[in-house]
Amino acid sequence: MGTDNNSTPLEVKHLTKSFGAQKVLNGIDLSVARGETLAVLGRSGTGKSVLLKLLIGLQKPDAGSICIHGKEITHLDRKQLNEVRKTVGFLFQQAALYDSMTVEQNVEFPLRRHAGMSPEEVKKRARELLASVGMEKDLEKMPSEISGGMQKRVGLARAIALEPSIVLFDEPTAGLDPITGAEIGKLISQLKEKHEMASIVVTHDVHGAKQFSDRVVMLNDGNILVEGTFADLEQSKDKFVVQFLKDAA
Amino acid sequence: MRLYCGLSIIILAAAFAAGSNSPAGQIGDSLRVVRDGIARFFAWFGQFGLFCGRVARVAFSRPFEGRELIRQMDAIGSKSLPLAALAGAATGVVLSLQTRASLTRFGAKSMLPGVIIYSLIKESGPVITGLVVSGRVGAGIGAELGAMKVTEQIDAMEASAVDPHKFLAATRMLACIAMLPLLTLVADCCGIVMGWLADTLAEPISLRLFLNIGTSGVTFNDFLPPTLKTAVYGLIIGLISCFQGMRTQGGTEGVGRSTTSAVVLSSLFIILADVLLVRFILVFFP
Repeated sequence: MGTDNNSTPLEVKHLTKSFGAQKVLNGIDLSVARGETLAVLGRSGTGKSVLLKLLIGLQKPDAGSICIHGKEITHLDRKQLNEVRKTVGFLFQQAALYDSMTVEQNVEFPLRRHAGMSPEEVKKRARELLASVGMEKDLEKMPSEISGGMQKRVGLARAIALEPSIVLFDEPTAGLDPITGAEIGKLISQLKEKHEMASIVVTHDVHGAKQFSDRVVMLNDGNILVEGTFADLEQSKDKFVVQFLKDAA
Repeated sequence: MRLYCGLSIIILAAAFAAGSNSPAGQIGDSLRVVRDGIARFFAWFGQFGLFCGRVARVAFSRPFEGRELIRQMDAIGSKSLPLAALAGAATGVVLSLQTRASLTRFGAKSMLPGVIIYSLIKESGPVITGLVVSGRVGAGIGAELGAMKVTEQIDAMEASAVDPHKFLAATRMLACIAMLPLLTLVADCCGIVMGWLADTLAEPISLRLFLNIGTSGVTFNDFLPPTLKTAVYGLIIGLISCFQGMRTQGGTEGVGRSTTSAVVLSSLFIILADVLLVRFILVFFP
């Protein structure tokens, strides 16, 4: 893995975050290469979602560095941070679709503001994106009228609308049945192959992680226990990792 | 006296030092609660000040969110119209019924149109409109933004490089500022017409005569400043409701708390602002 800031889409060094007395991340280091998918596994409440929110600047770290395409983002002002955010897509755990907008308007939302396209081009692009996630027939529906799996698909289309070079997925298969979960996993793999995006997938779905990740890190108590391929994880002798994989099976 | 003060200090210090199970400990806990309450009170004002500054900075910067502003003007203005009209009409009827007897007793029944029109345009219309709109719109904004906050929609907006203070808060605030004076005009008109109707049912009088008598001494200073002061009410409703909604924590229960506090605080600040604005108007538009 290259550590050259100019070529590494995302690099994190000694990242620390606490909430009161509770230390959520304890100086973690990770990096993701272009076209690579990194799965972050761990129990609930181990700071996986916090990690993603730190990466996109929704929360501020206590210490450490976050570089996106070589640019340190922890000290950027709002305007500069927004420029960086345009290169990063984020799929939220519950999709977080704007419930006052239709499915189509949700995907158009970032395009209208940042893509510099005409209204017709925005509409065309939104429809293409929704077709790529199999949602072309539900353009006029409101988020409350579609299922959780469909919401995730729309959220995915919105996350990649600006063709980001990095996509962050927060529990993309959580709350979905195994078939829908596998479909979402397949979509993530397809997007990675098609757009060569660097992705971080936070999940506790071990089977999903095996399906779509190139590398895995296991978080526990704010520290990285294991980092490597899924085979490395399976060969780990760490008690927690063994228990986690055994329970997942 | 000195001895008494000294003893009081010792008792208070002991109360702070003692454990919570003893009576002194309970006093210590109570003092701590008061101290935390005061700290929270000032923290709220500090955070609210920062929020207002941020909204003011982004409200008039490019790109303008015209489409969302129009949507909010419709949601806040058009949809509050029946409520404002009804509140104004009810106020007009009540003013007519209540003041008729009093004025008749003092032999000043002919002043009834003037009393109704003056009361409505100078105070009742603006305040009633401010309060009913703060109930409807404040609750709506508090609940909507609160739900958006707990379902991560506001985070999603920020992650899409769109400033929620601009898209959500500034548009709602501007819509409230623009709509409140218009709603007040509607409430005033409905109040005057219904006041006349109540009056004419008791003792027939034509609308033209009612208006001629009622507006004979009305000047620009009687009408415009009280109507325009409701723009300040709109500012209060918009800012407080958005602030309470966007700082929601704690799931659906938190949304309920934000909704309630948005309405309560908006209404409270409208009443306080009214006192200051009436004084201001009396000084600058005598």
